[in-house]
Amino acid sequence: MAQRSLSEKLAILSDAAKYDASCASSGGERRDSRDGGGLGSSGGSGICHAYAPDGRCISLLKILMTNFCIYDCAYCINRASSRVERARFSVEEVVHLTVEFYRRNYIEGLFLSSGIIRSPDDTMADMVRIARKLREEEGFRGYIHLKTIPDASPELIDAAGRYADRLSINIEMPTETSLKDLAPEKDAGGIKRSMADVRMKREDSRSGRSWRGKRPARFAPAGQSTQVIVGADAANDRTILTQSSDLYASYGLSRVYYSAFSPIPDPAKALPLKPAPLLREHRLYQADWLLRFYDFGVEEIGGASGMLDLDIDPKTAWALAHREHFPVDVNRASREELLRVPGFGTKTVGRVLSARRRGLVRYEHLKAMGAVMKKAQPFITCAGWSPRGLLEAEHLRARFAPPPEQLSLI
Amino acid sequence: MRRVVLPRVGTVAAWRREARALARAGVAPEDLVWSVGEAAPDLFADAAGDGGAGAGDAPVAGMSDGLFAAGDGAAGAASATATPSSDPSRELRLPKAAIATIEAALCHSDPERFARAYRLVLALSAGRAAWGDRSDRDVRWALEAARSVGRDVHKMHAFVRFRELPARGPRRAFAAWFEPEHPCLERGAPFFAKRFGDMDWVIATPHLTARFENGRLSFEETGETRPPPEDATEDLWRTYYASIFNPARLMVKAMCAEMPKKYWKNLPEAELIPGLVAGAEARVRAMAEAAPAAAPDRRALALRDHAARVLAKPAPEGPVATLAQEVGACARCGLCRHATQAVPGEGPVGAPLMIVGEQPGDREDLAGRPFVGPAGAVFDRSLARAGVERSAAFVTNAVKHFKFTPRGRRRIHQRPDAGEVEACRWWLDLERQLVRPRVVLAMGATAAEALTGQGGALSRRRGRVETLADGTELLVTWHPSYVLRLRERDAQARAEAEIAGDLALARQLSEQG
Repeated sequence: MAQRSLSEKLAILSDAAKYDASCASSGGERRDSRDGGGLGSSGGSGICHAYAPDGRCISLLKILMTNFCIYDCAYCINRASSRVERARFSVEEVVHLTVEFYRRNYIEGLFLSSGIIRSPDDTMADMVRIARKLREEEGFRGYIHLKTIPDASPELIDAAGRYADRLSINIEMPTETSLKDLAPEKDAGGIKRSMADVRMKREDSRSGRSWRGKRPARFAPAGQSTQVIVGADAANDRTILTQSSDLYASYGLSRVYYSAFSPIPDPAKALPLKPAPLLREHRLYQADWLLRFYDFGVEEIGGASGMLDLDIDPKTAWALAHREHFPVDVNRASREELLRVPGFGTKTVGRVLSARRRGLVRYEHLKAMGAVMKKAQPFITCAGWSPRGLLEAEHLRARFAPPPEQLSLI
Repeated sequence: MRRVVLPRVGTVAAWRREARALARAGVAPEDLVWSVGEAAPDLFADAAGDGGAGAGDAPVAGMSDGLFAAGDGAAGAASATATPSSDPSRELRLPKAAIATIEAALCHSDPERFARAYRLVLALSAGRAAWGDRSDRDVRWALEAARSVGRDVHKMHAFVRFRELPARGPRRAFAAWFEPEHPCLERGAPFFAKRFGDMDWVIATPHLTARFENGRLSFEETGETRPPPEDATEDLWRTYYASIFNPARLMVKAMCAEMPKKYWKNLPEAELIPGLVAGAEARVRAMAEAAPAAAPDRRALALRDHAARVLAKPAPEGPVATLAQEVGACARCGLCRHATQAVPGEGPVGAPLMIVGEQPGDREDLAGRPFVGPAGAVFDRSLARAGVERSAAFVTNAVKHFKFTPRGRRRIHQRPDAGEVEACRWWLDLERQLVRPRVVLAMGATAAEALTGQGGALSRRRGRVETLADGTELLVTWHPSYVLRLRERDAQARAEAEIAGDLALARQLSEQG
C-alpha cells in the first residue's frame, strides 16, 4: 500500500468516525492555561465550533486511530469484511492534528476511537499513548474523550481514565440478541462490565468528601457515555428506552446517544435496506429527557405498540392520552404536575414556582417565563385563562400533529 | 442637556464611573445624551487613577465585583461630570445579579443602551423597579440584551479562527479577524487568554482589537481591517469538515440556526457548505445502489476465524471457575437482561462451610463478587467476630443476578420472586454438589427458601440446626442487609451480634463433622 498523506488519512479516518453521535465537551474538571505553562482550557459548558450541513455540531476532532478492524459488525462501515479504504494514524500525527486544530480554535479537544487491530490491549495501549503524550508532553489542557475497547486490561483503562475527561463504550444494540446477530465478536456482558468498571473507578476516585459535599471524580471527570443504533434491528422504542434507563441507573452514564441507523458505503446484507427516520431518533432523545428530568417512567412513554408517536412529541402524546390529569392549575399544582404540562420545561416550572411566592401567576406572565403557550393552552388554567372545551375537543390531536400533506415528506 | 462621551476602550467601566457620579449628583436620565466616540481627553483627565480607561489597558478581570456597592465610591467619585452637590443618599445600591446583567447589556449594539441602563439603575436603586420583574420595560430590556450579548460572546468563542503568523520570540503567534454582532470583544477576550495561555494572539474586530502578548491582555482601537494571511492548516480543517459530514442526514436548517450565515465569511470551512449540500443526494443514491456485500463470503469467514482466534479467552481452570463460567451464561430467568453479570459463588471445593445470601446487590453486580458492598462490610465484620476465614468458606447467593428497578441514577433492590429463586436453585444445587459442605448457613429468607422451600419465621428458626434432604446440616440467620435496614443502633448491634453468633455456631458444627 502506498504511503498516504496526512490529509488522505484524515479524510478516511474522520469519515469512518462520523457515525458516532457524541460530541459533548462539557463538564468535568475546570482547567485553564492562564499560567502560560500549557495549552487549553476545559470545564463548564462546551462549545460547538462549527456545524456540518447534517445539523450536527463539531466540537471535537472526532477521528479513529485506525479503521483496520478485526471485528465484523454488520452495521459498521469499518467492519473487517467491508471494502472501504483503510488507513492508520501514528501517535504523533494524532497529537499534531489535535494541537494544531486546537491552537486555531477549531475544536474543544479530541474524541479518539479506533478499530481493533491485533488485540484489544494493543489498540487501547496506542490510544492511551496518544492521550498521555498530549497531556504530559504537549501540556494539553483541552478535552479528551477516549472510546474504550471492550476487554482491554484494567491497567490500560486506569491510565485512560487518568488522561481523559470522558470514557465511553458503545452498547450498540438495544438487546443482547441483536448484538449477537449483528456484531458476532462483541459481547454485551463485556461491554456492561466495562461500564461497571468505569463507574467503580470513578466512585473510588472521589474518596473522601470535600466541605461542599461530593468531591469531583479524578477518574474520567466528565463521566461516561454510550451509543445505541436505532433501526438496524427490530427492537421497539420501549425496549430501547428500557435499556437506557437500566444503563443510567446502573452505571451513572452522563448520556445515552441514539443514532438512527444510517446507510453506509458497502453495506452488509444483514442490514435493513431503509434507513430509520431521523425523526425517530429525535423522539427518542425527547423521551430520554422525560425519563431523566421530568420524572417519567419508561412504562408511561409510547403507545400500546411500544413505539413513540412520530407526529407528536412524547410529552404531548402522554398528555393527550391522559386528559383526566388536566387542566393543571398553574397557581396550585405541584412541581411534578407542572412538569407534565406540554410546553413547560424544567426552567419554566422553576420560574413558575418562584413567581407563585410573589403573587398570582397570570397567562401573560407564563410567556415571559419561557412557556410555549401554543402547546400549554389546552392543559392549564391560571389567572386570565381557562381552556374551556379545548381539552375535550376531539380534534385536539390535530392541533399538534403536522397536517397530512407534510406527512408524506418525512 | 448634558453630553457624556464614553471611550471606545473600557466603555463599560467608564459608563459605570459616570453613572455613579451622575446618580450621586442627582442628574435625571432625560437630561443626558450618551455616546461612544473619540474620548475627549479633558473629560477623563481626572479618572486616570481608576484603571486608565481609554489608555488601551482596560481592567479585564474583576469588572463586576460589587462596583456599585456603597463604600466603593471613592475611586470613581472624581469624575468631571459630577457636580459638587453630591449626596451620599443618592449612592447607587443594586442587587449583584442586576450588576452582572446590566454590564453584559451594555455591550449590546443598541445605541440607547447607556441611557436605558442609567434609567434602570436609578429605578432599581430607588426601589421603583424590582430586579427580575419582566413586566418592567427596562428590566426586560436588560435581560434580553444581556442574553443576546451572551449569545454573541459564545459565538465569538466558537467561531474565531486563528491563523498562524511568524513568531517573533519563543511563543507562537496567531491572529484572527472576527465580526461580532455587538461590540463585545472586551467581554469575550478573557476566555482566549485562559485558553491560549502559551501563545501570543491578536483578535481584531471592526471596533476593537484584543492583543495577548507574553501573558498580558490589552485592547486598542482597530487600525488594520484586513484578515490575516492564509494558514495551510485550514486545508486540513476543511478536509476534516467535509469528511465528518454525513450526507445521509442533510439538515441545513439546523445548521443555519446554530451557525448563522452572518458568521460564514470568516469561517474557512463555510466555503464548502454549498458543494456539500448540493452533492449529498447523489452520494446517498450511490450508497443505496451499491450492491450489499455477499454475506458472508469466504474472505469474511476467514476474517471471522482470525478474530475468533485473537479474541479467544483461556479456558477456565478448575471446577469452580468452570461452573462460574456456566453461571455467567445463564438465561434461565429474565434477570440477566438487566444485570451487569452473574455473581457466582467463590471459595474452595470441599469447604466445610457454605454461606448462602439472597442475591448480589448494586456493588456486587458491578464487581462480580458476592458480599462486597455495604452488606458485605457487615458480613466481613461478622466473619471476623466469629473467627471464620472467608477464604476457607464457600460464599454464594441463592439468586445469581441482581434484581432491581431503575430509579433515575440509582437502582432500587427488588426481592427475587419464587420463580426466580426456583430457576436459580439449579445453580445452587450444582454448587452444593461440587463443594459438598458439612454445614450450610442460610442468610435471610430467600436463602432459606431456596434451600428448604420455606422462607418464613426466621426469628423462630434462627440458631436451630435443621437438616437438609441430603443430610447436610443447615443453620438460618439474618441477612447482613437486615442490620443496615434497622433504624436503631441498639437493634443493629444486637442483630449483628446474632449473625456473628450463628456464624460461630456454624463454624463449630462444620469443624466437628
